[in-house]
Amino acid sequence: MSPRHPVRHPEATTRPRRDVSIRAGRVPWVLMLPALVGVLFLVLPLAGLLIRAPWGTLGTRLLMPEVRDALLLSLGTATVATLISLAVGVPLAWLLARTTFPGRRYVRALVTVPMVMPPVVGGVALLLAFGRRGVVGQHLYEWFGYQIPFTTVAVVAAQVFVAMPFLVISVEGALRGADRRYEEAAATLGATRAVIFRRVTLPMVLPGVAAGAVLCWARALGEFGATITFAGNLPGVTQTMPIAVYVAMQSDPASAIVLSLVLLAVSLVILTSLREKWIGGL
Amino acid sequence: MPDPTPRRPFPLSVTLAAVPVAVAVLATAACGDVPGDDGGGDAEGGSGNLRVFAAASLTDVFGELGERFEEEHGVTVDLNFAGSSELAQQINEGAPADVFASANPANMDLVAEEGNVAGEETVFVENILEIAVPADNPAGVEELDDLAADDVVVALCSPEVPCGAASETVMEDSGVDIDPATLEEDVRAALTKVELGEVDAALVYRTDVMAAGESVVSIEFPEAEEAVNDYPIAVLTEAAEPDLAEEWVRLVTSDEGQAVLTDAGFRTP
Repeated sequence: MSPRHPVRHPEATTRPRRDVSIRAGRVPWVLMLPALVGVLFLVLPLAGLLIRAPWGTLGTRLLMPEVRDALLLSLGTATVATLISLAVGVPLAWLLARTTFPGRRYVRALVTVPMVMPPVVGGVALLLAFGRRGVVGQHLYEWFGYQIPFTTVAVVAAQVFVAMPFLVISVEGALRGADRRYEEAAATLGATRAVIFRRVTLPMVLPGVAAGAVLCWARALGEFGATITFAGNLPGVTQTMPIAVYVAMQSDPASAIVLSLVLLAVSLVILTSLREKWIGGL
Repeated sequence: MPDPTPRRPFPLSVTLAAVPVAVAVLATAACGDVPGDDGGGDAEGGSGNLRVFAAASLTDVFGELGERFEEEHGVTVDLNFAGSSELAQQINEGAPADVFASANPANMDLVAEEGNVAGEETVFVENILEIAVPADNPAGVEELDDLAADDVVVALCSPEVPCGAASETVMEDSGVDIDPATLEEDVRAALTKVELGEVDAALVYRTDVMAAGESVVSIEFPEAEEAVNDYPIAVLTEAAEPDLAEEWVRLVTSDEGQAVLTDAGFRTP
């Protein structure tokens, strides 16, 4: 799918390539020790999850209706959130990468804000915008008697808010890295911008779009702070997996561990599917 | 260079942006929300720090008592407020704490069962549920029965936390069946939804309504007497400062401490 002669980044060509492989015996301890500490710190909590897991009752706990409800809700909402992010985010990424308009830099910065702000703050912001007394929400409520908070719609909204930027940024990166000559060639042959986008640009950046979508889905699945603030916690309606973990931790830690294991398994599947793309040589 | 992909998948900005994201994700995942767990900062080299783990509903009063205690004893008081069940978990997992004040006996029992309570536990105050509504009371709530109506949006506390357990008791005893829009993780979160006007009513403690100020009005209801919450306090076995911990319990149960507590809406047992 990708062009055969990709444009290299300037720094890729200016940096001298040095294929000097460091032999194990030559690794300086001053690097080795902190690296080991880092690895241990990242791996031990996961080991803790596995060691303390109630393996004997794992099956029965997984079949508990609350667990099933939370899992189905999480998978469903994260998928819908990803589809919405694709429908809105890919055009937005194209706009940021392929057009110039006044204030584009600021739009780009604003789009990435949800990535770096604490999710809880995102939830508060959503509540103040779309809540029953929110800037937009009050009119929804006045005119239609409809309120978003504490509904499954609110869960999806929270997920789109925190996860869409990941998709936008990775698609934009793919667009910037793609070879423009194909699009230019299509343009000289008389194709309109829409046709070029559909027939040339999109197929070229499809791997980037796919990777962005997976990242977005994973982030949506793990969403906690914005969800609990904006959507609340009601089993079957707004109680997603992370919230179920949090609530279970207060009454039934064993169930919380089981739920965490499920989420961990999902994360590992995502990681393996992305491995080729970003973390080659794992 | 085994990497066959010449294109960098991410612009550098994303890589940079990913760092705070990762940190934020880690931070939120690691500690949920444990406010006031930052060690209090300026230790003045007194005889040590007193670490008090207290139910979220004690936030304001223990904050005030903490200041008095610091002046009196010349030590730093570190207050960790969260849901009682969460605190009980933390203590049983070995979190460093000298005193535990729980919003119900059940969570104190959890800590006692693990052998983490030293000596006696004392019930130092009681708390009672009230109905909190936004100042303009949009749903016209007057009594508990009104909360069962379909068009009234109600926030309850999650059954795992004391105010949620008390709410369940009230519903069972009164036969009023409330269908909540959300089960909030702690009493403050439920109250916040009322303050913002996102729900028509919530069942919360009287003390929380009193702390909320002008934007929330409280409605007393007789059924609440069925679910009065006892607040036990105890010195912990693993206390690094058992003497200071004893002093803290003494302050909380003294006339001075009780005056601060009743001002905030608690009842003397």
